[in-house]
Amino acid sequence: MYGQLMSVPLTLLGLLEREPSHGYDLKRDYDSLFGRDKPLPYGQVYATLSRLARDGKVVAGEAEPGDGPERKRYVITEAGVTEFETWLAQPVAPEPTLQTVLFTKVVLALMLGRDAGQYLDAQRAAHMQRMRELTELRRTGALLDALLADHGLFRLEADLRWIDLTTARLDAIAEAVRP
Amino acid sequence: MTDPLIEARGVTLAFGETPALRGADVTVGAGEILAVMGPSGSGKSTLLHCLAGILTPDSGEILYEGRRIDRLGEADRSALRRDSFGFVFQFGQLVPELTAEENVALPLLLGGTRRAAALAEARPWFARLGLDGLERRRSGELSGGQAQRVALARGLVSRPRVLFADEPTGALDSLTGEQVMELMVGAAREQGTTVVLVTHEPRVAAYAHREAIVRDGRVTSLSVDRIAS
Repeated sequence: MYGQLMSVPLTLLGLLEREPSHGYDLKRDYDSLFGRDKPLPYGQVYATLSRLARDGKVVAGEAEPGDGPERKRYVITEAGVTEFETWLAQPVAPEPTLQTVLFTKVVLALMLGRDAGQYLDAQRAAHMQRMRELTELRRTGALLDALLADHGLFRLEADLRWIDLTTARLDAIAEAVRP
Repeated sequence: MTDPLIEARGVTLAFGETPALRGADVTVGAGEILAVMGPSGSGKSTLLHCLAGILTPDSGEILYEGRRIDRLGEADRSALRRDSFGFVFQFGQLVPELTAEENVALPLLLGGTRRAAALAEARPWFARLGLDGLERRRSGELSGGQAQRVALARGLVSRPRVLFADEPTGALDSLTGEQVMELMVGAAREQGTTVVLVTHEPRVAAYAHREAIVRDGRVTSLSVDRIAS
């Protein structure tokens, strides 16, 4: 599955397709473009580049003199380009993780005769709070921030629709799940 | 919340045999942007109309600046709406016979401002809301987004203390709707206008400071504090 684990090497391949780069440059560009919440540790950058080199997706140049981290320039190979292009063209698997958790909580709450409506209201408030934060980021941030915020907003909105629909159907669902 | 500017206390209202509000309580702070959400038919638009003095409740109280407005006569409520409140509805509801600038100036004209002065007040809103060059168009010659921005300018031109907006983006595509919301919230914050915004869209409600949810004619206010408890 192309999940979270696969996206770092493929993203680095994408950055290398733009131009041959040092590990340091890759980390800097990755962090500024994709790693706002979670910068990439240097160790992961070099470990990933080593694996990509071992698999023939990139080749490393000779170490260059200088202080600081390892200074090798990495170049993407034909195989690397193909892998990157295949990944780029492939739709991301929908990840219904959150719905699964919400679904499980609602079903369990109803099954146990607890107040599922109160849980859904609390979840709704948390979602709206996050939407307000993202809306503020969208209003005040740069275009890339706004793009990321929009993505988050649409996902949260989809969850909220599900929450509203479920709230409206609680009685019927309770009948279905109670023994 | 800042000092309460508008309050509904135990408001009930029925249309014939059909109850729309069954004891609704809500407080809106001065300068606050409150989103009123809820399923279709829950009573959210009826609540807005009560808060704005358009409808009179069967029982309960509506207070504006601490003063009961549900007891005012129609003439006084009409004056209050004209002097202190602005309105934006789902379908701009521009007067088709008037030009865009006349539509924007309308609340001022109705309030007794002379025509030249009213139009002079109206015109800066066109640049502010990205409507340059459309001043002389009639509503039939405007796109949905343009018409709604003209309606927004009309709602804000008299610098009301409260702007009531009922599904202001409901007839617009999402991008145009976002633009209208940006402009509405930007102008409201700049002028310190309190906004009561009825919407069923979470993305629109997310522009507000908080939301009140109307269900079966009653208001549930949710705050994130409750999650931690």
